Amino acid sequence: MAPLQNARIGQSYRIAAVHHSAEMPDCDRQLNELGFMPGEQIVLLRRTMPGADPLVVRIGSSTFALRAAEAACIDIVAESDDE
Amino acid sequence: MSEARVYLHPTGNLVALVGNPNCGKTALFNRLTGSRQKVANYAGVTVERKEGRLTTPKGKTLRILDLPGTYSLYPRSLDERVTCDVLAGQAKGEKRPDLVVCVVDATNLRRSLRLVLAVQRLNMPFVVALNMSDEARARGIHVDESALSGELGVPVVSTVAIEASGDEALRQLLDQPDIWNHHTDPQVAVDVEQPLIQLDHDRVQQILKTLDLDHVTPDLKSERIDRFLLHPVFGPLFLIVLLFVIFQAMFSWAVAPMDLIKDATTQLSASVIQYLPDNWIRSLIVDGVIAGAGAVIVFLPQILILFSFILILEESGYLPRAAYLLDRLMGSVGLSGRSFIPLLSSFACAIPGIIAIRTIPNARDRMVTMLIAPLMTCSARLPVYALLIAAFIPQRTLGPGLELQGLVMFVLYLSGILGAMLVAWVLKRLTSAGRQVRPLMMELPTYRWPQLRNILLGLWQRARMFLRRVGSTVMILTVALWFLASFPGAPDGAAGVAIEYSFAGMIGQALAIVLAPIGFNWQISIALIPGMAAREVVISALGTVYAMSATGPAAAETLGPVLAQQWSLPTALSLLAWFVFAPQCLSTIATIKRESGGWRIPLISLAYLFGLAYLASFITYRCALALL
Repeated sequence: MAPLQNARIGQSYRIAAVHHSAEMPDCDRQLNELGFMPGEQIVLLRRTMPGADPLVVRIGSSTFALRAAEAACIDIVAESDDE
Repeated sequence: MSEARVYLHPTGNLVALVGNPNCGKTALFNRLTGSRQKVANYAGVTVERKEGRLTTPKGKTLRILDLPGTYSLYPRSLDERVTCDVLAGQAKGEKRPDLVVCVVDATNLRRSLRLVLAVQRLNMPFVVALNMSDEARARGIHVDESALSGELGVPVVSTVAIEASGDEALRQLLDQPDIWNHHTDPQVAVDVEQPLIQLDHDRVQQILKTLDLDHVTPDLKSERIDRFLLHPVFGPLFLIVLLFVIFQAMFSWAVAPMDLIKDATTQLSASVIQYLPDNWIRSLIVDGVIAGAGAVIVFLPQILILFSFILILEESGYLPRAAYLLDRLMGSVGLSGRSFIPLLSSFACAIPGIIAIRTIPNARDRMVTMLIAPLMTCSARLPVYALLIAAFIPQRTLGPGLELQGLVMFVLYLSGILGAMLVAWVLKRLTSAGRQVRPLMMELPTYRWPQLRNILLGLWQRARMFLRRVGSTVMILTVALWFLASFPGAPDGAAGVAIEYSFAGMIGQALAIVLAPIGFNWQISIALIPGMAAREVVISALGTVYAMSATGPAAAETLGPVLAQQWSLPTALSLLAWFVFAPQCLSTIATIKRESGGWRIPLISLAYLFGLAYLASFITYRCALALL
């Protein structure tokens, strides 16, 4: 399990957990509403340089821009580990 | 359906359109009702519920409600609450809908289905419209209508809102009597929110698995374009070049149509002067109506050029990407990318921009965005900039495709943006909530080719709005100003022109005492007052004031050269600086009052914007005097 920021670009992962953040209290619920749920497949498309903030991810059939702090709420596992 | 309540409301069954933001709901509404709501390729366009009428193939008349897009039926922002209230039958002056049409984005079933499940729990008749089914097919996403219908237990039809007959299936479905009574199985209501989300999620996953859609579908076309447009170096560069081209085009492309309009107004005054005897009626028509309205109408081509660009960018899906590119910048002053779209709308007019602020969930962000939205240069200020730039900035080419006038225009827009960022930054330092991290979570939609029809429709709406304002507000105020500037007449044997002895002259001279330190003469001072009603009136007011100050044939001359002759360059620059910061029209202030629900925010805006404008003009004027 690893935070989303560590993902390799273009590789397919599954979301392991979306956890609560003290800095952004609503973050986990809003992510859930947008479809960031455990078990969903997710692909990191790009990091914005410098600072890798925000990130662009593909989930299902939509593309989202997430700030680094938002991405920090998402833990992922590689697809192969999942099996 | 409660039959007893129906007669209290307009006749016809009520159908509510519900769906995620940016699922093509408004386009479908337009297609169904033939009305012209604004359609754009980004979230948050529908902030109020809108109603239209539809006659089904069998001749039944229905009322259709277009509700703001929402991801859930848990109200997070004000516009989502509108949707929840209407569906619960709690909205004021509206009965509970007889049927809900759940508009589902076929390219994004995963997210849409969660909302469908939430609607299902409401226990009211509903059907599903599988919208954007053409785009889904083009992207290799095959949604099996009947399988989905079987899973959900309600009728599912495919629609293509952007095609002429793309709503046929839905129209026919609305004629089937059984959908109006169809009640879904009551499900166990769960109060705690988290398990519900998990429950829905499991159900969505199961449906997607059945339809063989439970994996990431890449969007290769958009991804290829993004590789360039979101590139760390080329992306921002492209954005800057694009903005530059827009401002250049506003000047270079508009020359011919503007000359045409100018010639037409001059011709018109000349023929009126020829046919009417020299009396006050002729003065009213020539100096008041023609000089005033003509001075404003001439800027229509430039406004239309700006809006063709904005509409194309809106439709194509580039705007959220621009927000993405600017996110770091916005984050550094304590705002989220979410504030970008209301701020961008403010470039057209601050009023829709301020209304769109409702889509921001956080109260502090709403307040800050409301305070800085008036600093975005609205299109009503464009004529003022264009007039002064054309009159005072020499037409000089600085390089290939780079002209000084376009550059100055760009700088003026930029000053407004920088001013707004400065204010946001100060507010971030002053409030403790400002230091928290702001959410972005913004969807980057698939690129679409802009539809010519939508662009032309948008331009037509703009042009009509502009001309209506010229015909009403601008005209009335100009005529009122003409009266103030004409009476009382000059005493016998008085030196100077008559207008100096009129009411307008007296008011202007009194104001000029306060405004002299920033280089404004009494003519400008008087023109600023009607300008509070609508910015572009300043031009028609100056047109009238100068037409009446002129003696003899000079009155027929166009305003630009007259100003260039009468004002010093520092005065013109100072007035430009004033317009970047000064509070906008009274309707903007009234909208801020309505949206913020009190007098505090509008009064703060008025005070700080006047202060900022005076300061900016003072610095500009004094520096220009010292340097030039």
